[in-house]
Amino acid sequence: MQFISDNSDLLWSAWLTTLSLAVASGVCALVLGTVLAGMRVSPVPPLRGLATFYVEVFRNTPLTVVFFFLFFGLVYVDLQFPSRFTTAVAALSLYTASFVSEALRSGINAVPPGQAEAARALGLGFGQTLRTVVLPQAFRTVVPPLGNVWIALAKNTSIAAGFAVTDLTAALQRLANLNADQLLAVFAAVVLGYLVITLPSAWLIRVVENRVAIVR
Amino acid sequence: MSGPSVLFDLPGPGARRRQRIGTVVGSLVVLGLVALALWRLGTHGQLEPERWAILFDPATGVPQALWQGLLNTLAVAAVGMVLATVLGALLAMGRLSDHGWVRAPVGVVIEFFRAVPLLILILFCLLFLPTVGVPMTAFRALVLGLTLYNMAVLAEIFRAGILSVDRGQREAAFALGMRKTQVMTLVLLPQAVRRMLPVLVAQLVVLLKDSSLGFIVGYVELLRTARSLVEFFNFSYGNRYTFVLYVAAGLIYIVVNLLLSALARYVEARTRRNAKAAAAGEGELPADVQMGGGGGAVPVAR
Repeated sequence: MQFISDNSDLLWSAWLTTLSLAVASGVCALVLGTVLAGMRVSPVPPLRGLATFYVEVFRNTPLTVVFFFLFFGLVYVDLQFPSRFTTAVAALSLYTASFVSEALRSGINAVPPGQAEAARALGLGFGQTLRTVVLPQAFRTVVPPLGNVWIALAKNTSIAAGFAVTDLTAALQRLANLNADQLLAVFAAVVLGYLVITLPSAWLIRVVENRVAIVR
Repeated sequence: MSGPSVLFDLPGPGARRRQRIGTVVGSLVVLGLVALALWRLGTHGQLEPERWAILFDPATGVPQALWQGLLNTLAVAAVGMVLATVLGALLAMGRLSDHGWVRAPVGVVIEFFRAVPLLILILFCLLFLPTVGVPMTAFRALVLGLTLYNMAVLAEIFRAGILSVDRGQREAAFALGMRKTQVMTLVLLPQAVRRMLPVLVAQLVVLLKDSSLGFIVGYVELLRTARSLVEFFNFSYGNRYTFVLYVAAGLIYIVVNLLLSALARYVEARTRRNAKAAAAGEGELPADVQMGGGGGAVPVAR
């Protein structure tokens, strides 16, 4: 316990880094994933193809490889993110967006066809149908899968540690080197840091799910 | 997508023309961006054919090294998959046990390993286990970490599969006088495994993807191989071959995973055609499991 209080500053800032990585990538992935899901059901074939291509590529690439390319590959096309943190956010968002898009698409498919047909009968265009009728219902049905994506994202942030972002896992590696005799305490502290994010999230998802679920 | 979508009317002549114009403009923009990227690469001399030739020239040792890296990746994934499947099946049976003193600890084990980031598990095996006298290599740590995490995920998949078998099967088996173990091994498991097959294959893709974490803990898998080749070549040629090698490693990953995903879809299609298994309905992995590297703390129960 002594050692935890000694390193509380390091652990606290590392935990904040992990949390902000997760939140920033979560928001970006949600926006990008929603756009991709919209493209996948759109009336324009090239847009559908583009979104399908994106999702297939990113779903089948290990997250480590995505990180790798953004950190070491982008310089060859003269691009550079302003900081390691933003690069990590970009990698996590690009990867997670494909899963968000898949979850949302299943939600869109789960909305009864009558809803979209009624919207069209009222004269709404594709964008209006999607924005005002289908997506609001789709989001409600995909709360559990989206929540799971969020929890997986929170845990995937640990990979950023391999690319010199000072998150919880990086703190773990550093503390493990300094306190070889107290490894168990180090691991316990770091695992606790992740559980503090994931367990309340799981609980919150259940609450939200119960509140917004549509009974059909 | 089959048939006309309910989301939009069939485009009329005006809309089709707008779409065609949009497609042309959009393609031009995309092609322009690709051309710009290629041009930037070209000005750095990254596209010279002789740079890419090293990937296929056995004299440089590069193809052999990448092949060895791929084999190492597949070795970790294969060992991890077998161990995780066996342990996962045992855990699933433990979780469905009639005895509370078996069910409770097994449940805790499953929930714990699903809630901890995979990288932390691997680091735990690599850093902590040697201090208590377990000899550890990067390979073992990676396999152990992948096994611990995936056995918990697979246990939940198996459990869902066993529970999805029609209740009548179990009751009929008991009525025939079978014992608990017989009911499980002779009646429930064979049917559950059949239904869970597509999900199991999909999980192999996830496991293979996750084996790239070996890069971070220093196991010489594909990505780490590319990295050390780059360092080796940097010594004599500067960063002449860096980009080439990274692209090659990335492409190999994507191709192998796409092949495995195609296999998963094929197995799923076969199972779907089977009338008995068709009742199982969805064979889709929950998104959190597909994402790898962590999974969700929310149970997979359906």
